[in-house]
Amino acid sequence: MKFERYGIGIAKGLTVTIKHLFRHPTVSQYPEQRLNISRRFRGNELIWNQEKCTGCGTCAKTCPQGAIEIITSTDMAENKYVVEKYEADTGYCIQCGLCIESCPYEALYFSHNFECAKYRRGELVQGKEEMLETPERKVSGYFYPDKAEKLPKQTLLIEKVTEKR
Amino acid sequence: MATAGLNIYHLARLQAVSPDWPGGFWWHWLFFTVVIIGFVLTMVMGVIYIERRGMGRMQSRLGPNRTGPFGLLQPVADAVKVLLKENIVPAAADKLVHWLAPVIAFAPALMLFAVIPFENGALLADLNIGILYVIAISSVSTVGIFMAGWGSSNKYSLLGAMRNVAAIVSYEIPMVLAIVGVVLIAGSLSLNDIVVAQNVPFILLQPLGFLLFFAAGCAEINRSPFDLMEADSELVAGFHTEYSGMKFAMFYLVEYAEAVAISAIIATLFLGGWKGPILPPWLWFVVKIILVFFAMVWTRTTLPRIRIDQLMAFAWKFLFPMSLLNMFITALQVLAGWPTELVWVMIIVNIAVMAILVLVWSRFFFRLGGGRVEI
Repeated sequence: MKFERYGIGIAKGLTVTIKHLFRHPTVSQYPEQRLNISRRFRGNELIWNQEKCTGCGTCAKTCPQGAIEIITSTDMAENKYVVEKYEADTGYCIQCGLCIESCPYEALYFSHNFECAKYRRGELVQGKEEMLETPERKVSGYFYPDKAEKLPKQTLLIEKVTEKR
Repeated sequence: MATAGLNIYHLARLQAVSPDWPGGFWWHWLFFTVVIIGFVLTMVMGVIYIERRGMGRMQSRLGPNRTGPFGLLQPVADAVKVLLKENIVPAAADKLVHWLAPVIAFAPALMLFAVIPFENGALLADLNIGILYVIAISSVSTVGIFMAGWGSSNKYSLLGAMRNVAAIVSYEIPMVLAIVGVVLIAGSLSLNDIVVAQNVPFILLQPLGFLLFFAAGCAEINRSPFDLMEADSELVAGFHTEYSGMKFAMFYLVEYAEAVAISAIIATLFLGGWKGPILPPWLWFVVKIILVFFAMVWTRTTLPRIRIDQLMAFAWKFLFPMSLLNMFITALQVLAGWPTELVWVMIIVNIAVMAILVLVWSRFFFRLGGGRVEI
């Protein structure tokens, strides 16, 4: 005897919806409630360490989009390169992470910030000053496990579902 | 029909209404017109809020909660938005018909409330054929909807409108037959008398009738799962595809005003209308309307939209024979005098009859082809 043929499916469906009515909704209200994003987040912005950078230009060469522009001059007295211009057009960035992985001096990181929407395309170009690490622009743990450990753990959706009202 | 009983009711009503009204008929008319318009508009706002929040929670999300406290002002914001929008009329449209359609669709939804009692005797016109009036008026809005479909000169609009007409024609019959059971027990067609006669809510005496009327009512006002005429996934928005701005707002209003009206009719016929302890009668009435509407939201969230062939099969192979059976059984019970003498026996017997009939007929309906695609 198949109960599905006696209209029992409707009753089953109704119980499912009424159960959901008394459950906590699995949503977070974004600007006030924020979920922690992945610790190895590949952000849209780059973070550049001016002290460590030697101006070798590996990042610019490895970038498949050609989004990084670096201009250096030679400082003969100190016998090193001086980075005169360092720009990344995040509008072209495909978040592949090759620049970070290729940097031989650990001077380049992804940012842990995901709110980088801009009103103009020109604003997407990150200059030198906009690439430095600040309290607002934290360094993501991508490719650097020691940095990942310091970041807060990612919130999983299952925690929202089981959350008490 | 029991004329003596009716006379008593009439006397009671006359005493309840007439002396309270200075100026007589015209004051009564003006007062209730204003009350009905205000009631419908506020109820529509409340009902939209309940639907959106309730559906949201049932779908495990929150629903609108930004505008005002708990999102209570969302309908106001929507109204303002829709009022400020541009009114676009298609070049090929039948202008007059296109313009008249929302008005014709909206009027019946308000007119339905003329015969629905808010308290004992508190209604615009206590017609002695109240139910007949309800049935007659509620199908007039179909004309408006068909005009909208025709006037837009758009294939989707016309398809939606045709589907609506087909659905209404089929679902009127089980709807009327489901009401007949109530009328048999109450012994009157006047809605106020039906409420007065409900010492026990008729949902207990007529459980099958309630289910049939609920399903047919949902189909009549085209709520999910019977919302074929505005099936978004098939016909852009059905009959109101070509409507924008205030005219669209009118159709939106019609949709919910009709839902409130059907909820009010169900509350009046089956749930005892304004009757209830402690709370004032009108508040009981509002509470019951909201309960019925919540049931509509519940089914809307749960059930998927049915196909047009399933719609027709459901009306003619399920609702129609069931409502005939229900009417027959009720008539026998009324002949035997059960509603007055053996009320509790009647309640138990009728609930058992409903359970058995629904189960057996569901099986039979399946074999008749209600759930299959004919190739």
